[in-house]
Amino acid sequence: MDFLTLFVVVPVLTIVGIIFTKDMKQTRMVSAIGMSIQLLLSVALVFMYLAERRAGNTSEMLFAHSYIWFESLNISYNIGVDGISVAMIMLTGVVIFTGIFASWTVEYLSREFFISLIFLSTGVFGFFISIDLFTMFLFYEIAVIPMYLLIGIWGTGPKEYSAMKLTLMLMGGSALLLVGLLGIYFNSNAGGGDLTFDILEIAKVNIPIEAQRLFFPMTFIGFGVLGALFPFHTWSPDGHASAPTAVSMLHAGVLMKLGGYGAFRVAMFLMPEAAHEMAWFFLILTGISVVYGAFGAIFQKDLKYINAYSSVSHCGLVLFAILMMNQTALNGAILQMISHGLMTALFFALIGMLYGRTHTRMIDQMGGLMKVMPVLSVSYVIAGLASLGLPGLSGFVAEMTIFFGAFQHPDTFHRILTITAAASIVITAVYILRVVGQILYGPIKDESYKKFDDARWYERLSTGALIVAIAGIGLAPLWLSDMINESLNPIVDQLVQVIIK
Amino acid sequence: MLSQIPLSYFLVVSTLMFFIGIYGFLTRKNLITILMAIELILNSVNINFVAFNRYLYPDQLQGHFFSLFIIAVAAAEAAVAIAIIISVYRQYFNIDVERVDTMKY
Amino acid sequence: MIDFGYTIWIPLIPFFMFLILGLFGGKMKPMISGYLGTLGLLVTTVLSFFAAYQYFFQRTGEEAFEKIIASNTVWLNITDKLHIDVGVMLDPISVMMLIVVSTVSFMVHIYSLGYMKGDFGFSRFYSFLSLFSFSMYSLVVATNLFQMYMCWELVGVSSYLLISFYYEKPSAVLAGKKAFIVTRFADLGFLIGILILSYISGTFDFEELTNPEGAMISQGTALTFMGFSAISVALTLIFIGGAGKSAMFPLHIWLPDAMEGPTPVSALIHAATMVVAGVFLVARLFPLYYLGAPDVLTIVAYVGGFTSLFAAIIACTQLDIKRVLAFSTMSQIGYMMLALGVSGYGDHDGLGFMASMFHLFTHAMFKALLFLGAGAIIHSVHSNMMTDMGGLRKYLPITHITFLIACLTIAGIPPFSGFFSKDEILVAAFHHDKVLFFIEWAVAGITAFYMFRLYFVVFWGKETHYHHTPHESPLTMTIPLMILALASIFSGFIPFNELVTSDGHGFHIHTEWAIAIPSILVGIVGIAVAWIFYKKESGIPAKLAASLKLLYVGSFNKFYIDELYMFITKKIIFNRISAPIAWFDRHVVDASMNGIAWVTNSISDQIKELQSGQLQKYGYVFISGVILLTFAFVYLWFN
Repeated sequence: MDFLTLFVVVPVLTIVGIIFTKDMKQTRMVSAIGMSIQLLLSVALVFMYLAERRAGNTSEMLFAHSYIWFESLNISYNIGVDGISVAMIMLTGVVIFTGIFASWTVEYLSREFFISLIFLSTGVFGFFISIDLFTMFLFYEIAVIPMYLLIGIWGTGPKEYSAMKLTLMLMGGSALLLVGLLGIYFNSNAGGGDLTFDILEIAKVNIPIEAQRLFFPMTFIGFGVLGALFPFHTWSPDGHASAPTAVSMLHAGVLMKLGGYGAFRVAMFLMPEAAHEMAWFFLILTGISVVYGAFGAIFQKDLKYINAYSSVSHCGLVLFAILMMNQTALNGAILQMISHGLMTALFFALIGMLYGRTHTRMIDQMGGLMKVMPVLSVSYVIAGLASLGLPGLSGFVAEMTIFFGAFQHPDTFHRILTITAAASIVITAVYILRVVGQILYGPIKDESYKKFDDARWYERLSTGALIVAIAGIGLAPLWLSDMINESLNPIVDQLVQVIIK
Repeated sequence: MLSQIPLSYFLVVSTLMFFIGIYGFLTRKNLITILMAIELILNSVNINFVAFNRYLYPDQLQGHFFSLFIIAVAAAEAAVAIAIIISVYRQYFNIDVERVDTMKY
Repeated sequence: MIDFGYTIWIPLIPFFMFLILGLFGGKMKPMISGYLGTLGLLVTTVLSFFAAYQYFFQRTGEEAFEKIIASNTVWLNITDKLHIDVGVMLDPISVMMLIVVSTVSFMVHIYSLGYMKGDFGFSRFYSFLSLFSFSMYSLVVATNLFQMYMCWELVGVSSYLLISFYYEKPSAVLAGKKAFIVTRFADLGFLIGILILSYISGTFDFEELTNPEGAMISQGTALTFMGFSAISVALTLIFIGGAGKSAMFPLHIWLPDAMEGPTPVSALIHAATMVVAGVFLVARLFPLYYLGAPDVLTIVAYVGGFTSLFAAIIACTQLDIKRVLAFSTMSQIGYMMLALGVSGYGDHDGLGFMASMFHLFTHAMFKALLFLGAGAIIHSVHSNMMTDMGGLRKYLPITHITFLIACLTIAGIPPFSGFFSKDEILVAAFHHDKVLFFIEWAVAGITAFYMFRLYFVVFWGKETHYHHTPHESPLTMTIPLMILALASIFSGFIPFNELVTSDGHGFHIHTEWAIAIPSILVGIVGIAVAWIFYKKESGIPAKLAASLKLLYVGSFNKFYIDELYMFITKKIIFNRISAPIAWFDRHVVDASMNGIAWVTNSISDQIKELQSGQLQKYGYVFISGVILLTFAFVYLWFN
């Protein structure tokens, strides 16, 4: 068995292990062990990847393996990673690891909960390692479907409504996506040869421009729905608000990144001409997402809604940067995915922890939490500062890279959009500080708050791991940025040819 | 003697029986009556089989066998149907077909 | 060549101190963390002074002061050409700023040992102070514009954290939020300016950007951005960033509110170091401004001039002593900005530049002294309001004397340092623009008036009834006062014209008595008026206020700028933009998604009727279907 397949096998084994557990304590122990192994594997992958690169391996995808799976349609389980997927796998490893600890106290049907959660993560890992469109799509669906159960069963508030809405909207996106992928597939023999789902093979083929014009929007919107593209973002606030903590973390932290990653790796990479042609339209949409999400967040009163809108804004920035189609912006987009994944996971973890104590998420009902639970509150402030782009934390690196990249476009249209998008950082500051001022600072709102205890060990572990990751990227971004940059080279070369043409 | 009666006479009778059966099937509310209407339909088919056999292929017997077959099946069917109707009656205390609409949307 | 590699520790020591205190401060005894923080800063102060000594006095030969890159590493690659470095660059202004930051920060560290004693969150305070020191040091030694921007944001956050230090007080929280958001808004200008500048120049490095013979200045001026000279647009935007941080009109509204923070913080951040970062920024890019976009410098000069007048007028009517000092800070920074705006480049033309830096230095000393003195007063009276004070000279002798020295310094009375630096600014302004000169001359008088108003009301005047007798502060607080008082007296004799000049070459200056004498006179007049008005309680101020009602009310309410901002943010942004967007999202975007679901639902609601459970209906449909199909079949068959 090759190394990458372990990323799918370990979660599956963990699930099998969970099936045989007797009670909640055993269940979470097994989950924690499984996901710790998964985290270690991701870290190991980073080091192995870097070592391999340093050893001079210049092939586009490392650790690649291909097992034919469905011969007549040329579908294969085709896996491999480049710097971008390695970074995303690392992110997923961290988020699922912390997610397990954030849901340490799920008592209701805990076995089923952890099974669904880990099953979801299997899909995500599989998505990031696969370089075959069909396998990718399969894993994508595996990642999306458990969401329905997780929200519908363990959620809060109008959970059935939210679960249904989220699943249906994402399924709608998937339907478009499937058509788009099949469209790519049936045009993948443009240069003669067999039809193929292999991304690298398709990239060498020049898909006819007419087909690109038809299938690029489908693929982009299909992925864009998951990446909260305006106006298909409305599943996000409701879905996040109803989802249990770990699910919000995984969903905003990782699942939304499938959208950005897919839009980049499939829509952009395989159909560059159409992307170049239609970029202006989607740039406007994403530009709207960025500003609109930020303004929308100012007005919300529910912590999770605030973060959901903030995610719309930040993920909008990801798609915005992807559409800018130059190396720096793309690099920024990947960095932003990672950074947003980490910090939003931290946010949702903290919101879950606060909710577990105060039993409300309404900001006007909270106040003075800094005094009673300093550790959680300080973590919240750090998450907020990361979100508003403080230097030294990951958000800053990503945003600046995006802005500098986007500003490379010499024409006024792109520049004005860039400046507009940059203006969102001020609005972000407004809503973040509003929340911090409202819930953490000020006098203690309620006498009963004084009884609250501060973070338990598993909560500290969960938030601590995320903070270390955020600060680590923020303080020393060079290795990550360079790793991504290197992998971007072949992709950008392809884009550049198109743009010059 | 029989040969003086043209085939069309039989066909007219069977057609009439068929549509009377259809009419009864569609309009009666009582399940027993509906069952009777179905029997009418089956028997009109029987007449057709026998008549065609006699007029078109007098030296063969498939038509007759088929009608016998249908009679046997109809008997079995009637038994099952009556059993169902009795169950329905036990459930609903009547055998009005419009009341038996549990299998809707 | 001297090895300045050790200077990297100047920012790093406070950074590690921040980490240590931030992570473990909660478990330490409060005083231990205080001593630890102070010790860390002592080391950096020693290093800074040593670096300054080496830089200024151990140079080889008499050539100009060069920019020395002591250390530099790549932090992030942006494009092939463009990369962000972090490092340490030493040149006259950064070395001078090192001295300023170290001195004031160290004094504040010592002072806070007494002032903050027993406060909740003592170690948090020291960890924030360390964070601030780290950011400020890195800001002043930044090798490139982007490092400066990063540190710029970091000092902004430290300022936010320290203003909101008493986080249980809603006003402090609001003030912190306001400070952060207003400066953040200005920083957006800075960021876009950097974007433009880096795009046209392809570098962030100060060495290349500000090299008078460099490509940037010789070729950059020809480029345009959206119809304007690109370099002017960029520099204007960057100046907006600087104006936000330095509380220039109309981005000043956060500074008075920032006085909600602990007083040592006001002294360090909101008087001596962070708020002059805007001046430092313009000074850092000065060759670019002067040679690339001289028109922007005019804006700088007038913004500075207007702010200094505007703030001085407001300062005359405020009752909160810290707010008086805050407006005074604005006014003095206005002086510095103006001096930069009227300056030329090279040799004696660069007088304004030199004067600005000179004033920055002396101002840091005397303003820190004023704030720390005010802190001592507040510490003993437990109130910020002048109305609660009076006759304090008997109770607080050391504070009284040092405060008087500071007041004389800011009023520009020789031989105190303020006289020299202010005089150079007036000379520079006089030779450049007479209007600005007269504004500044008048402001000098107003400054003397409001400072001595403060002084007389607090230390003389009628003695109010105190709850308990005010007492002199402990030594930890008075020693910094005395040291700063000495610095205020003697820093005027530092030969800035030899050391800190626009192009690194020293030049000769001489006092122009034609300008110095009127400025001394106007200072004395200001003091005299304040003496008449406030030494003994008199009815004159009230009468004057009544006769100049409009001006008085306007000034007292800070000319309603805050209310204007509140209107814009609350009424326009919150209610007219954000609320409709939230509504639109719920009721249009989301509703259309729900609408799709609703349409699907209602259609299925309609067609589900077909599945009625009525056997005979199914029969009808079936039979009609058969018949229709039969007819269709027959029809087709026969055609």
